[in-house]
Amino acid sequence: MARLLPRKDVVIMGLGWTGSILAQELTTAGLEVLALERGPWRDTASDFNIGYMPDELRYAIRKDLFLQPAQEAMTMRNNRTQTALPMRDYGSFLPGAGVGGAGVHWNGQCWRYAPTDFECKSHLTRRYGARKIAELQLQDWGVTFDEIEHCYDRYEYLCGTSGKAGVIKGVVQPGGNPFEGSRSREYPNPPLKMPYSSSLFTKAALEYGLHPFPSPSANVSRPYVNSLGVAMGECTYCGYCERFGCANYSKSTPQTTILPVLIKKRNFELRTECEVMKINLHPDGKSAKSITYVDATGTEYEQPGDLVILCGYGLMNVRMMFLSGIGKPYDPRTGDGVVGRNYCYQTGGGGATLFFDDKRFNPFMGAGALISAAHDFNGDVFDHSNLDFVGGASISSGQTNGRPIGSRPTPPGTPRWGSQWKAATAATYGHVMNIGGSGSSYATRGNYLDLDPTYTDSHGRPLLRITFDFPDNDIRMQNWVGTQVEKIARSLNPKAMTMGKASKGWNVVPYQSTHNTGGAIMGADPKTSAVNRYLQCWDVSNVFVMGASAFPQNAAVNPTGTVCALAYWAAEAIRDRYIKHPGPLVPA
Amino acid sequence: MSAALTFCRRRFLASVAALPVLTASHALARSLSGIKPPFSPFAGDPPKPINPLGWYFLRPAEVAMMEAIVDRFIPGDHLSPGGKDAGCATFIDRQLAGSFGTSSRLYTKGPFMPGLPTQGYQGELTPAGRYRLGLARLADHVRTHYAGKDFAALNHGQQDEVLAGLESGKIELKLAPGFSSRAFFELMLQNTMEGFFADPLYGGNRGMASWKMIGFPGARYDYRDYVDKHNQPYPHGPVSIYGEHA
Repeated sequence: MARLLPRKDVVIMGLGWTGSILAQELTTAGLEVLALERGPWRDTASDFNIGYMPDELRYAIRKDLFLQPAQEAMTMRNNRTQTALPMRDYGSFLPGAGVGGAGVHWNGQCWRYAPTDFECKSHLTRRYGARKIAELQLQDWGVTFDEIEHCYDRYEYLCGTSGKAGVIKGVVQPGGNPFEGSRSREYPNPPLKMPYSSSLFTKAALEYGLHPFPSPSANVSRPYVNSLGVAMGECTYCGYCERFGCANYSKSTPQTTILPVLIKKRNFELRTECEVMKINLHPDGKSAKSITYVDATGTEYEQPGDLVILCGYGLMNVRMMFLSGIGKPYDPRTGDGVVGRNYCYQTGGGGATLFFDDKRFNPFMGAGALISAAHDFNGDVFDHSNLDFVGGASISSGQTNGRPIGSRPTPPGTPRWGSQWKAATAATYGHVMNIGGSGSSYATRGNYLDLDPTYTDSHGRPLLRITFDFPDNDIRMQNWVGTQVEKIARSLNPKAMTMGKASKGWNVVPYQSTHNTGGAIMGADPKTSAVNRYLQCWDVSNVFVMGASAFPQNAAVNPTGTVCALAYWAAEAIRDRYIKHPGPLVPA
Repeated sequence: MSAALTFCRRRFLASVAALPVLTASHALARSLSGIKPPFSPFAGDPPKPINPLGWYFLRPAEVAMMEAIVDRFIPGDHLSPGGKDAGCATFIDRQLAGSFGTSSRLYTKGPFMPGLPTQGYQGELTPAGRYRLGLARLADHVRTHYAGKDFAALNHGQQDEVLAGLESGKIELKLAPGFSSRAFFELMLQNTMEGFFADPLYGGNRGMASWKMIGFPGARYDYRDYVDKHNQPYPHGPVSIYGEHA
């Protein structure tokens, strides 16, 4: 029997980026907020120690800070004819664990999506006709770029995002991305210093007629005091960013931007190592009553709350909706139902690896977002009328790290071991650069999430099942962008070069990206979306669901900026409207 | 504020059981009862350098074989010491004796079913079990095909022939469901490279041999003065977590 606890105004599941933002906003609004976090407490001073953080084996290879499959695994298959099997280790993507969540170990690539990304279906239909997108299940977000521009701005000033604006109040700015949505002001900090590889890419891209610019970085370029008064240090280009905690207070994370303020508040409480089992609904199924959770001693508690906000990683939020019976599960055979719908990912491949004799890149000098990009082939910036796909990719080059267990390319044809391998490794390390393409991932009817019928977690609950393969549209897109990348790469005259290619058969083993989206998507129609434009469940109005699970399909660039902008957007709606008049914010 | 307070009190539940003592400290909230401990957090702990003496997992015959294998993967020459002298077998031994070897962090529940290549490893054996079985079958194979000799007693050409046979799939050792000979080869190669390029505190990369070879500065943490000095060598040698420098 679960022990019943005193109620709280707000119960948050998961204290990563979105949980921290919601807790900060709603405690400021005067509410009593409780966060339940299944992982441990983590902070910079004690957990991301500068003396031993540069440990590739521990953090990057053995994945010390990540969610361990023993705690929660998922199953996967490429299509419905296959039997899903558990990912016994996480590989293709790496969900976070503990306070800060994936916000601890992200790269800090702090993007906004383009205005057309939010109106994907209606924009593409207007421009090319409905037939062009018939093989896809595209949807509009129900919110526009202009509506959430100020939320992006809030997040960037929280993070101290370092970059160069491309368009301010409609005016194109030299050196920025001219294709971005119009922003209200410049980034809070200037771009990071540019490494050699980025400067070569920038020159080649300009000569090719593109518009390269420094990628927006949440690794801050100079000392910064953020919008909550929290001080951050200057990025040192240490090369231990993604998969690591930052020991310099330079990477924006919940720890370096919000928690120092939040944790001191009397109306905020955090309980770590408390795993949410399910959300309990009132008998009518229209509102949530409480959350059942288990603490680290195995004791079960029932925590009542007036408002429940799911702030886990998107995939976990979707699983929690399934486990709690919130929303109608999606059926890929009929296309009906909403929970699990429009699962998308990020399309890779189409990148170039360039080998030189006469160029020295010092790849170990890096930062997670030390990158130059060009968006001439992103989204719908370019005309798709005569192309056999929709969507696009951000092409880029930079230096995130040169950690040698994971990163020591050798020229094509080199053996993988023995004397020849060693000679080639010694001669090549430090003389290689990459030009990559990160592509959009568009929804199809057959890619979706549900609960696995066979495999369970340590509490006996079904694992989440991912049914996904790269859609043909996205593969055509990525390989077309790859032909552009190849031309730019060849113009740099490398001694040798290899080209990646996008192909079917999503594989869970090699790392690709932790950009899983969809499954609890937002929209204007309760028949095709699980949450409304404020991320409020259509069916259970006191449950809000944060995260990239809300994206109807994924754009080409990294999702965190948009995840957090939507968190501010939802927090404002709760603060300004929901508290005064609890209930659906949008009529169903 | 008043609206917020109204909201706070709106649906107050009076039936409160005796309050348990709740703690947010993971140091006090570690032990679990009734369910399998899912995850032992130790992110806050400093790493412990391995004891360089002795063997924790590998048996003497396995040690001889493993040392010969890592020395063919990474032969000693003017560029660096070989895999054996760099400590790669010691590294593998310690990894197999620890949480990597036992898969303690992975999902190890059944049923175990044959998977597709896109689904990753689906066998039942832990890495420790895979090494134990793989090394035994490999020893049998070598004795059968090389006149009763052990792997370590073969000449370099023969050793390379065996390893290349595993890599290409030409040698099929009949290991276990979900665990092919090629997978065994890949596991050994991956772990050998991990040992060679990891921080020396784990037993491999002795004297930072690999870092010196490729010019990787190791555990340094600040390149602000160098990142925009393009196409120039970095002037400093490597350092390790426990303070070795070269």
